[in-house]
Amino acid sequence: MTGLEATGLTYSYGHKTALKDVSFDVPAGAFCALLGPNGAGKSTLFNLLTRLFVAPEGRIVIAGHDLRSNPHAALAALGIVFQQTTLDLDLTVQQNLRYFAALHGLSGRLARTRIDATLDQLNMRERAGEKARALNGGHRRRTEIARALLHDPSVLLLDEPTVGLDAAARASITDDAHMLAARGKTILWATHLTDEVQPDDALIILHRARVLATGTARDIAGDQSLKDRFLHMTGAEA
Amino acid sequence: MNAYLTSLSAIVLREGLRFVHQRERFVAALVRPLVWLLVFAAGFRAALGLSIIPPYQTYITYETYIVPGLCGMILLFNGMQSSLSLVYDREMGSIKLLLTAPLPRGWLLFCKLLGSTMISVLQVYAFLAIAALFDVRMPGWGYVTVLPALIIAGLMLGSLGLLLSSFIKQLENFAGVMNFVIFPMFFLSSALYPLWKMAESSELLHDICAVNPFTHAVELIRFALYADWNGMALLWTVLATVVFGVVALIGYDPARGRIARRG
Repeated sequence: MTGLEATGLTYSYGHKTALKDVSFDVPAGAFCALLGPNGAGKSTLFNLLTRLFVAPEGRIVIAGHDLRSNPHAALAALGIVFQQTTLDLDLTVQQNLRYFAALHGLSGRLARTRIDATLDQLNMRERAGEKARALNGGHRRRTEIARALLHDPSVLLLDEPTVGLDAAARASITDDAHMLAARGKTILWATHLTDEVQPDDALIILHRARVLATGTARDIAGDQSLKDRFLHMTGAEA
Repeated sequence: MNAYLTSLSAIVLREGLRFVHQRERFVAALVRPLVWLLVFAAGFRAALGLSIIPPYQTYITYETYIVPGLCGMILLFNGMQSSLSLVYDREMGSIKLLLTAPLPRGWLLFCKLLGSTMISVLQVYAFLAIAALFDVRMPGWGYVTVLPALIIAGLMLGSLGLLLSSFIKQLENFAGVMNFVIFPMFFLSSALYPLWKMAESSELLHDICAVNPFTHAVELIRFALYADWNGMALLWTVLATVVFGVVALIGYDPARGRIARRG
């Protein structure tokens, strides 16, 4: 089973090119960080991967399903955590999850079992009855990750999921995502923070609409720290 | 239950829950037509003479005349409100959840439309009940036969809201919708005065009213309230629903629509 493949993606907003010939391949079960400064094109790439936009050129394959020719199968294999919180704050954690489960065709006992299992996985079970509004930032994020896992997708996309979180919550969520990769999920983790990337992680560096480098974080960093290497690569081009 | 029905019931339920959480919206939606009915209509009762026109078979009070128009007003405001909530959802990101579900986008938007229409219809019934308490009553069966007309009119105005939401970039632009859509649609219709009355003052205004889909939605409701049939109004309303719905779908198409051209 393949993980996530993008080939030759190009996208523009009018005359402004947001992505230019972007290609990468995330093997199944890998944690891959998509590192890029603000404005690099990460959000546009996420919008294409989630089919909120459709690229006029290029191809996206999610868990073996072509997003263009077989969008529903591809989306069914995809779990998404958006950068902005997308919880309904007036609903409880459980109601939020039940709504999402139904959007993916899960109902009744199966939905309840899946909700309990994913909340357990993220240590959120005891908060199931709380309204989303009452949760802190870290717990809201965990709820969203639990929600993204409900339909048991093989690929999980997380778009800067640690934005606005304190250091402890950030570390904890990053660890959770690595744990999910260790259990076989393919993870694409967009960030602009190098400390969220571990040396063995797969890494894609995106800058000014193009892929600058792909490989493991260790190989790309070479004899420098990843932070210095990243600043050097993106700063030199600035 | 298959995925289509599961998603339909969840989206409709969510619209319902959302409505329950926004009780002030319910009160506002009721106060508006009641003010028109109990204050405006009372004041204009003497000024406007109404002749006997179908579906009425006898002289009616002005309050009775404007009830269908006020039902339409509730549906119109709610249709726009749901469009506002879609723009809000887009700014807040929660619309993404809906649009990335593994079902056809048209179906998901239709579920949303049906959910908000159901809420609107409930509000119309609440309004009709209060109007009845003030002695503005319709024939008994009319309360049943009006249901399909309310659903069709609600879907039409909801799909107009959907269409507008795909074109409105930001929440702030919504005030423009009030000025350029809601008010002209409402005042240039048969909601407050019969079309022949309008023709007396201006043929042009009459013609504009006659092509306004809102006029036909109101007439559909008016006839249905008297268990009467108005094929032309039905045709126009259904046609408008289809046109608005198709344009809205194009607007929400990830490859072609305005949604795709936004950063």
